[in-house]
Amino acid sequence: MATTKASATPLLQMRGIVKTFPGARALDGVDLVVRAGEVHCLLGQNGAGKSTLIKVLAGAHQPDEGEILVDGEPVTIAHPVAALEHGIATMYQELDVVDGLSVAENVFLGHEVTNAGFTRRREIARRTRALLERLGHGEIPPHREVGRLSAAGKQIVSMARALSRDARVIVMDEPSAVLDSGEVENLFRVVRQLTASGVAIVYISHRLDEIRQIGDRITVLKDGATVATDLAVGDTPTPALIELMTGRAVESTFPARPGVADDAPVLLSVRDLALAGVFSDVSFEVRAGEIVGLAGLVGAGRSEILETVYGARRATSGSVQVEGRRIAPGSVPAAVRAGLGLCPEERKSQGLVLDEPVYRNVTLPSFARFARAGMLDEAAERAAADEQEVALDVRPAGTGRAARTLSGGNQQKVLLGRWLVQGCRVLLLDEPTRGVDVGARAEIYALVRRLADAGDAVVVVSSEIEEVLGLADRVLVVSDGRVVHQGPADQIDEHGVLDLVMEGSVA
Amino acid sequence: MSQQNPTAEAVAEPDRPPGRGDGATRARRPALLSGAVGRNLGLVLALAALCVVGVVTAGDRFASFDNVMTILRLAAVVGVLSIGMTFVITAGGIDLSVGSVMGLATVWASTLATQTMAEDYHWSIVVLTALAVGTAAGLVNGVLIAYGNVVAFMATLAMMVAARGLAEIISGRQTQIVKVDGFLDAFRGDLLGIPVLVWMFFVVAVLGWILLNRTTFGRRTIAVGGNPEASRLAGIKVRRHLMYLYGLAGLTAGIAAVMMLARTTAGSSTHGQLYELDAIAAVVVGGTLLAGGRGTIVGTVLGVLIFMTLTNVFTQNNMSISAQAVTKGVIIVVAVLLQQRFARRSST
Repeated sequence: MATTKASATPLLQMRGIVKTFPGARALDGVDLVVRAGEVHCLLGQNGAGKSTLIKVLAGAHQPDEGEILVDGEPVTIAHPVAALEHGIATMYQELDVVDGLSVAENVFLGHEVTNAGFTRRREIARRTRALLERLGHGEIPPHREVGRLSAAGKQIVSMARALSRDARVIVMDEPSAVLDSGEVENLFRVVRQLTASGVAIVYISHRLDEIRQIGDRITVLKDGATVATDLAVGDTPTPALIELMTGRAVESTFPARPGVADDAPVLLSVRDLALAGVFSDVSFEVRAGEIVGLAGLVGAGRSEILETVYGARRATSGSVQVEGRRIAPGSVPAAVRAGLGLCPEERKSQGLVLDEPVYRNVTLPSFARFARAGMLDEAAERAAADEQEVALDVRPAGTGRAARTLSGGNQQKVLLGRWLVQGCRVLLLDEPTRGVDVGARAEIYALVRRLADAGDAVVVVSSEIEEVLGLADRVLVVSDGRVVHQGPADQIDEHGVLDLVMEGSVA
Repeated sequence: MSQQNPTAEAVAEPDRPPGRGDGATRARRPALLSGAVGRNLGLVLALAALCVVGVVTAGDRFASFDNVMTILRLAAVVGVLSIGMTFVITAGGIDLSVGSVMGLATVWASTLATQTMAEDYHWSIVVLTALAVGTAAGLVNGVLIAYGNVVAFMATLAMMVAARGLAEIISGRQTQIVKVDGFLDAFRGDLLGIPVLVWMFFVVAVLGWILLNRTTFGRRTIAVGGNPEASRLAGIKVRRHLMYLYGLAGLTAGIAAVMMLARTTAGSSTHGQLYELDAIAAVVVGGTLLAGGRGTIVGTVLGVLIFMTLTNVFTQNNMSISAQAVTKGVIIVVAVLLQQRFARRSST
């Protein structure tokens, strides 16, 4: 009887969900209909209410109004365990696995198989193996410590955990953010297997190309409300989606490349840089006004190259020169003095002091300049930060608010503003648009180009090859810690880059 | 920070029209209510309530000028230690050694050799010795923690044990009476009717407030406590700063030692036992986050006064030290619970 019902009634329905927090209406009438066996994509800019919606589904928040139906029956999801009992499992962006426990222990965390208080290790290992095989990853040993798995492996563990709870709806919050392209393919394969067996996936991603590949139907959220639902992925052109999400049409994403003058001075010169066991023989130059992109797979050594140039890691050999002056290896203060600035990959853990106000985050490298004999002049400091806030269009305005309250794109602008106040000449950007929504991405691309046009040198690292090719003037392809190609960005395409990467890893 | 922040996404509304002035005022209002003033107001109310209890139960014995000065004089030593502790905890660290280091400094500054030298040259030698011993011990902590990558808890625990032992060796477990008259005259008297020790606490607190809130040193402390990795990547010399911070805590232990020598007229290896815990309790009750990133000198001072007033009220009523200890424990728990509620509310 359940099967006949499932085909007629949607697996999961949310109707008119409203959730208010003190001072903010996070959800303002959200409708969502998820059918068994589909990949339902949830789109929306940062701040549209996706995270809150997920938390309502996961039982972490209680809606103020509206109803949730599972198999057509109204249910209340009072707490996280209730969500699991209704067959709804959530995979958060920050994977909630315990690094110190084994794969099997993680899968059965919270519902251990026990006998008179003793865990039945062999039994959970057996069941875990079965679940991993169902996910097509029988090669992961159940007794392996999770901390030793890659991000992709941890994701599989997280999925196995959902299946161990007999989940029928799995919510995936940006599952591809931590994966490289090969691993994303694998994720898609697993997702297709799951949907074939009747599981519904609610898939959240900022990458529209992924949604094209994997999604069946789309629901778009904007300002806490559903603005479009039941869109078939095949019938909805990308510009229409962007317009729905942003409320405005976004034209060409990448700014025009004015070209770099041959006589432009070399601002950054990296010679034979090496970090033992990670990369070697990295040499490149960046001229004023030039954007150089580093492309390659996750783990190829791109971020490490950037961090070593910046002195955050101490190079084993080689040299870094800024405007012809060699900077001391392994010293961030020396790099900052010389005019380098890094916007790190993990904005929240490496970039910002989240509970401090925006202006203090803007002046983090430069506040000493606003001080006389060690005494800070906060008025001058704020004025400098306010100036950048206006120039970079950080929203919502107010440099007194905590950095935590800004969206990803605006946090990135704060980091850019930081280096503008510091007056740096060479900007190193590591994944500048990770977790940044479509509208804000175009703004960041335009900003980066504007900085280059103003005479700065920029180095960009990104997992999205399209982004590197679209934004940069010149591209370095990195594979297995070596630069396997250098050339103008408009003379190579995504396939070309991937070919080089694959060759490099085989050789 | 593990506190949930459910509306972080909701608050960020990139689509809203700019409305700059509007946004700025909205950002400031919650800062006032749940910010420093609001938190300190709670502490002031708690202190006031304690005073009311004191007046009701002990009457004039509690409310006299002399008794208030007694409270402040006793609060002064732990208070100075707590100011240093505030910096260390704001930066995300901990210093368990300040009580022992203070004891060691009292012993070192009152040895026969030191006292003879002080008699021969100047009484300030006693002071300089105490400050030097405290600062040196603090810097040893700092070097171990910042450059040796020893966890602060363990490095300062080792110092706590070792400094106490060294104090016992130097003093031979004997109490060393201070006979340097210049020293005693300088610190045991009153200034404008208020004991010099209380003035010292006041000056250290004011300097500490300025240092934490108005200088680059304080800004670095808060940044390092809030996010050490982001601070490092912004070019702040995090290790060096940590070393200075433990040195600063050691310096306050040295100052506290001078005050202790003056108050008790003796150096002893038993001075300052468990003071580190009193200091940590006062700092945390005052509203400084144990996880780092937020610190308040005013809160710390209020925290110290609350504990000292409590002790005084109990003593005035001839109640046991054990009952005091139980009450202190309850206060710590209540304060931390209240803080968590405030933190949650202010983050929404």
